Amino acid sequence: MENVLFFENIMLALSSLRSNKMRTILTMLGIIIGIGSVICIDTLGNSLTKTVTDTMESSGGNTIYLSLQQKQTEVESSDSGMEFRGPRRMREATEDDKFTNEMLLDLTETFPEEIKNIQVNSSLGSGQVKIGSEYAYVEVSGILPSEFSSAKPPEILAGSEFDDQAYSEGRAVAMVSDYFCNNLYDGDYDKALGETIEVTIGQKYYSFTISGVYKYDTGDNMMAMMAAGASDYDTQTPIYVPIKNIQDKIHEYGYEEVTILTNSEKVTNQDAFISDVKDLLDKYYHNNKYFQPTAFSMSSIFEEFTTLLNSVKAVFAGIAAISLLVGGIGVMNIMLVSISERTREIGTRKALGASNSSIRTQFIVEAVVLCLIGGVLGIITGILLGTGGVKIMEYFSQSEISAAPSLSSIVIAVVFSLIIGVFFGYYPANKAAKMNPIDALRYE
Amino acid sequence: MAKGDVIIDMKNIVKRYFIGQPNELEVLHGIDLQVHEGEFVAIVGQSGSGKSTLMNVIGALDRPTEGDYILDGVDMFLAPDDMLSDIRCHKIGFVFQTYNLVARNTALKNVELPMLYANTTRSYRNKRAKELLTMMGMEERMKHTPDELSGGQKQRVAIARAMANDPAIILADEPTGALDSQTGRLIMDIFHDLHEKQGKTIILITHSPELAEECETVMTLKDGMFINVRKGSGKRAVL
Repeated sequence: MENVLFFENIMLALSSLRSNKMRTILTMLGIIIGIGSVICIDTLGNSLTKTVTDTMESSGGNTIYLSLQQKQTEVESSDSGMEFRGPRRMREATEDDKFTNEMLLDLTETFPEEIKNIQVNSSLGSGQVKIGSEYAYVEVSGILPSEFSSAKPPEILAGSEFDDQAYSEGRAVAMVSDYFCNNLYDGDYDKALGETIEVTIGQKYYSFTISGVYKYDTGDNMMAMMAAGASDYDTQTPIYVPIKNIQDKIHEYGYEEVTILTNSEKVTNQDAFISDVKDLLDKYYHNNKYFQPTAFSMSSIFEEFTTLLNSVKAVFAGIAAISLLVGGIGVMNIMLVSISERTREIGTRKALGASNSSIRTQFIVEAVVLCLIGGVLGIITGILLGTGGVKIMEYFSQSEISAAPSLSSIVIAVVFSLIIGVFFGYYPANKAAKMNPIDALRYE
Repeated sequence: MAKGDVIIDMKNIVKRYFIGQPNELEVLHGIDLQVHEGEFVAIVGQSGSGKSTLMNVIGALDRPTEGDYILDGVDMFLAPDDMLSDIRCHKIGFVFQTYNLVARNTALKNVELPMLYANTTRSYRNKRAKELLTMMGMEERMKHTPDELSGGQKQRVAIARAMANDPAIILADEPTGALDSQTGRLIMDIFHDLHEKQGKTIILITHSPELAEECETVMTLKDGMFINVRKGSGKRAVL
């Protein structure tokens, strides 16, 4: 007997909101801006996170980086006797400290399934090969013997891979790319084979005999993608030589940095595998006073980055939510005005048999309807703004970014505007409910 | 309840305002009032005599400070707020001098209003409101809002609204006070009709001696006390 039917209350709310359109729209604007900016920021943030993770995952989610880290030294005391934790004295890693072939071989033998490929950064540098007026840009990179890798080598177009002897003796043989052949040998791979080329790197000249031609894969190479503007002619491609050849030339046999490509089908828990790798390497560094190995994966960096991005998003959404609070206060204000304007109506309703609770329900429903309509309009505005923002981002980054407002944030926005309606509508509604019918009827 | 039973039974009703404050004010000083089912009662008095306060107490809008008030068997002194709303909803129909129609609603919606609080179905409300408005001769104006109606039309809508939940008592507070005498006559005739044809108990508050004379009982209130209770003609005057 006490409550007017729910549907009737909504009809009442709509008719009273309609009767003062301008005021209703202005009040809603607070909610629209609040909800809209939260959804907009969420859309932008999600698109950004998704783009970043997509890019990163496609370019090495299965990569583990090994490097050397200085061990924590004892706290040094200064001359004055006071404890002084100064900047650690940096120490160059010597040949004895670096990762050795022996260690890498141990890794591949211990984890034959999990490790797809081991890469070391061993390069003579970038330079030029010139034959007559024709030239090609190259980078001379050392490659590890095949026992370090179960990965498919680059597709060989002509000639053959290096044999064991080439690796063990460090012969001056080279594999060049198809681009290289196109530039210097008119694409005639057979003509290139057996030729001796001279690579100019800085002031130095190095000679290699071409023993094979491989197909240069642009797809996998980030650098190549970025340099997509440059013509194929100018594209710098690697010349692969046995790593020992480079080591002999620069007299360095260890590696400060090692990249491990894991087999994603075998390694389900990247973090666990990283600690396995680290445990294995730790054995070699047990007696090393200065250095210890560290290992980390790109995925852990992604995670940190994503976390960072999410907290930035949360901060912005929080700031946007403050405008929602302001909007809510606006709703409360207008409800108070509306109730004082409708004092007589409230008195009449009470005289006609409305209970306190049905008056309260009527005004809470009115506030909730106001906020919900504002919320829905805000969601639409937010999605439009967010998608627009993403389009602008796409324009400047010249890549495709997917705009994805999350469903959860939309649901949260709807629920939140409902809560705002109830929260900021309750006080005015209760005020109306508690009105003395006689005073209300007499109100001018 | 049979015709003639006591429906309103007030004994020694006292109403004070600002209790415990320096400006404490006693408006009603011990009112005794008995109204029988189907009676047409007029309460007359000068302004400030306590007419409105008495009507609020009778209409369950306000509680007496002291005294006994039994309305249709319910002790109003003990009834909780929700029961008072319920009584206002089902047993009493108010007609105000200033009509008090909801401005943005049509005549039809205004008449449906009390039925809304009685939890009736939509179709019933619509049917009943149309019937009542037709009875009041307002069938042409059902879709009009109050600002499109004349004073007499508004009062007819208000009477239809008071009748919506078929209350036992109609409480009319100066229903013709804002109308010209001709329109006032029409409204008064409606009350006579309700009384004669439907046997409604009607309490009419007025300061017009002529209108009061048409009622069965005329009670004169002065300074919060009944100074005179007498029989009226009970017949409508011919204009």
